[in-house]
Amino acid sequence: MKVFKLCVIAVAVIVFASAGLSMAGTLDEVKARGYIIAGVNGGVFGFSMPNEKGAWLGLDVDTARAIAAAVFGDSDKVKYQALTAVQRLPALQSKEIDVLCRNTTQTLSRETTNGLNFVQVNYYDGQGFLVPKNLGVRSAKELGGATVCVLPGTTTELNAADFFRSNDMQWKPVVIENTAELNKAFFAGRCDCLTSDVSQLAAQRSVSPNPKNYMILPEVISKEPLAPVVRHGDDQWYDIVNWTVMALIQAEEFGITSRNVDRMMKSKNPGIQRFLGVTPGMGKALGLSDKWVYNIIKQVGNYGEIYARNVGPDTPLGLERGLNALWTDGGLMYAAPFR
Amino acid sequence: MTIADAEKVPFYLNPKVRAVFFQIGVLCMVGLLAWYLVSNTLTNLERQNIASGFGFIQKEAAFEIGESLISYGSADTYGRALFVGVLNTLKVSLIGIIATVILGTIVGVARLSSNWLVSRLSKIYIEVMQDVPVLLQLFFWYAIFYESLPSPRQALNPVAGVFLCNRGVAVAIPEAHPAHAYILSTLVIAIVAVFFLRRWAKTRQEQTGKYFPVFRVGLGLILGLPTLAWVAFGSPTAMDVPVLQGFNFTGGMTLSPEFIALLLGLVLYTAAFVAEVVRAGIQSVSKGQQEAAMAIGLRPNLVLNLVILPQALRVIIPPLTSQMLNLTKNSSLAVAIGYPDFVSVANTTMNQTGQSIEGVALIMLVYLMFSLSTSAFMNWYNKRARLVER
Repeated sequence: MKVFKLCVIAVAVIVFASAGLSMAGTLDEVKARGYIIAGVNGGVFGFSMPNEKGAWLGLDVDTARAIAAAVFGDSDKVKYQALTAVQRLPALQSKEIDVLCRNTTQTLSRETTNGLNFVQVNYYDGQGFLVPKNLGVRSAKELGGATVCVLPGTTTELNAADFFRSNDMQWKPVVIENTAELNKAFFAGRCDCLTSDVSQLAAQRSVSPNPKNYMILPEVISKEPLAPVVRHGDDQWYDIVNWTVMALIQAEEFGITSRNVDRMMKSKNPGIQRFLGVTPGMGKALGLSDKWVYNIIKQVGNYGEIYARNVGPDTPLGLERGLNALWTDGGLMYAAPFR
Repeated sequence: MTIADAEKVPFYLNPKVRAVFFQIGVLCMVGLLAWYLVSNTLTNLERQNIASGFGFIQKEAAFEIGESLISYGSADTYGRALFVGVLNTLKVSLIGIIATVILGTIVGVARLSSNWLVSRLSKIYIEVMQDVPVLLQLFFWYAIFYESLPSPRQALNPVAGVFLCNRGVAVAIPEAHPAHAYILSTLVIAIVAVFFLRRWAKTRQEQTGKYFPVFRVGLGLILGLPTLAWVAFGSPTAMDVPVLQGFNFTGGMTLSPEFIALLLGLVLYTAAFVAEVVRAGIQSVSKGQQEAAMAIGLRPNLVLNLVILPQALRVIIPPLTSQMLNLTKNSSLAVAIGYPDFVSVANTTMNQTGQSIEGVALIMLVYLMFSLSTSAFMNWYNKRARLVER
């Protein structure tokens, strides 16, 4: 059955790759269709997961909603496609989705040999280890001989191999493709530790049966800049997705929130006037309406609001801004000028 | 119309010419379609800047694999990683097929038992196992393993040298000793000897009518020779017992929960089908055959061996082959529970290299090879079984 599914994907890749020549740009396709198809994780609380009512919530989900608000002026015009780590890149390559907002790490080979482009980073992360407190381990360096639960097809899998190899430690990976199954196995004690991006570890811990019994080890063994991904070669669509993420960051820097955006429309600041489309031009340059930023902020909020409601200190994840604070606050979130 | 007229049929109405023409036509169309797909895919992959070709096989894999029959580390190549996957698939399929045939035969025979309880029990087994999707069964066995068994530090120790925990089953195995090689080779010699003994006994019986107890003598040879070798080399008894060290057991032999869950799931599921195949095969031999054989004074085991089985096998082998193929193909469901079979390794390879078309092509090729070699073997066996009768 698995083989069959893979065959279907392969045929889809072949058919779509061969049909690709005559296709229009992604923006035209999306507009004709009336909604955006966003690839998401679907299993990481705080990033992308449907709630009990079936409404999608999370930082990655809000990024996709912001793109829909920019394109259609309506943040609800998104269809979410839950993808495993293994499925996500082929799904984007084969045009099954328009944009991938699925905590995906930007790497050289993904941008080159995989034919993809990463836009502005929407979450700076790093890889860590989650262990049960009663394991008695205080540092990742003490994990020699451990059994480690890890998702296949991720940079995490490679980083873990590098980490254990460079520290000359033995380890045994348990590799399960489905995030939920993997977490179930870990929390039932199949593995000594779970390795993933720290944000995901916090997310998994927050929804586990006994969050207090688990701790994240202090070592962060990698850089994981997580960013939305689009296909190589469609510059207009790349610009739209890229500048949508930039707009979220810039809005926070300007102090524009979903609550005060209407008042900010009357701002005397020429930068804000350009930004919100009071002075027209920016939206048109992207092929969008000049109210695109207004729509994003009004309907989704700025980056700070998105962060706070999904993963911030007041959520079950309780993640401090850290690297994800604005550059003005000592973080890495920095948008290029809107002019 | 005369005969001469009929012979002057224009060539385009000649059925032979037409047949050849259409076959060539179809071939050309299929060829063109294949060429169109391949060339178009290549151009588009290039345009999208996606790498193609099998060059990645030589590159460093950089990921680790949970269990392997050969030595493997993340510094090895993708090629070796894929080979580890192939071996893992072969391991579970081979053990699975043998166990399935044995269990399936037992259940199938039990299904026909005159004992009410035995036949009902096997009926229940067959119905339940056939009707629950195999993927669910895999999840079930895997969950049982990690949910119900304790951690390594509180491992169950039912028999000396066997440890059960949620990291798997650790079993003591004999410590490496030079005698083992000799024991193994005498075992092979014994099996070859029994094979020839059987042929000799058969010819002798056909010529002289004298019966030779092949089974008893053969069993004696197969058990006796290795035991002799063991005694001759100082009867080594040292065992390599698993010891809890750090997080897990070291030493001995460890079977992972993933492997055991996969094997259990596949064997229990497929055995239900094999049982039905065996039952159908035995029932296909009419009762009169058995009665006739008993009437000429054959003993019950000879009735089974000489009359029933040769005719039943004819019916059993073809569907049995397809069940074996099913088991091999279903082993790819391993991905769901994390056993590093070929599909799982190929999946990871595809994802890390981004070359899904090549990866899927490899998967199809490998499974085609598995399936073709299984059917080739079974066809050969089927031919032999056919020759035996009549």
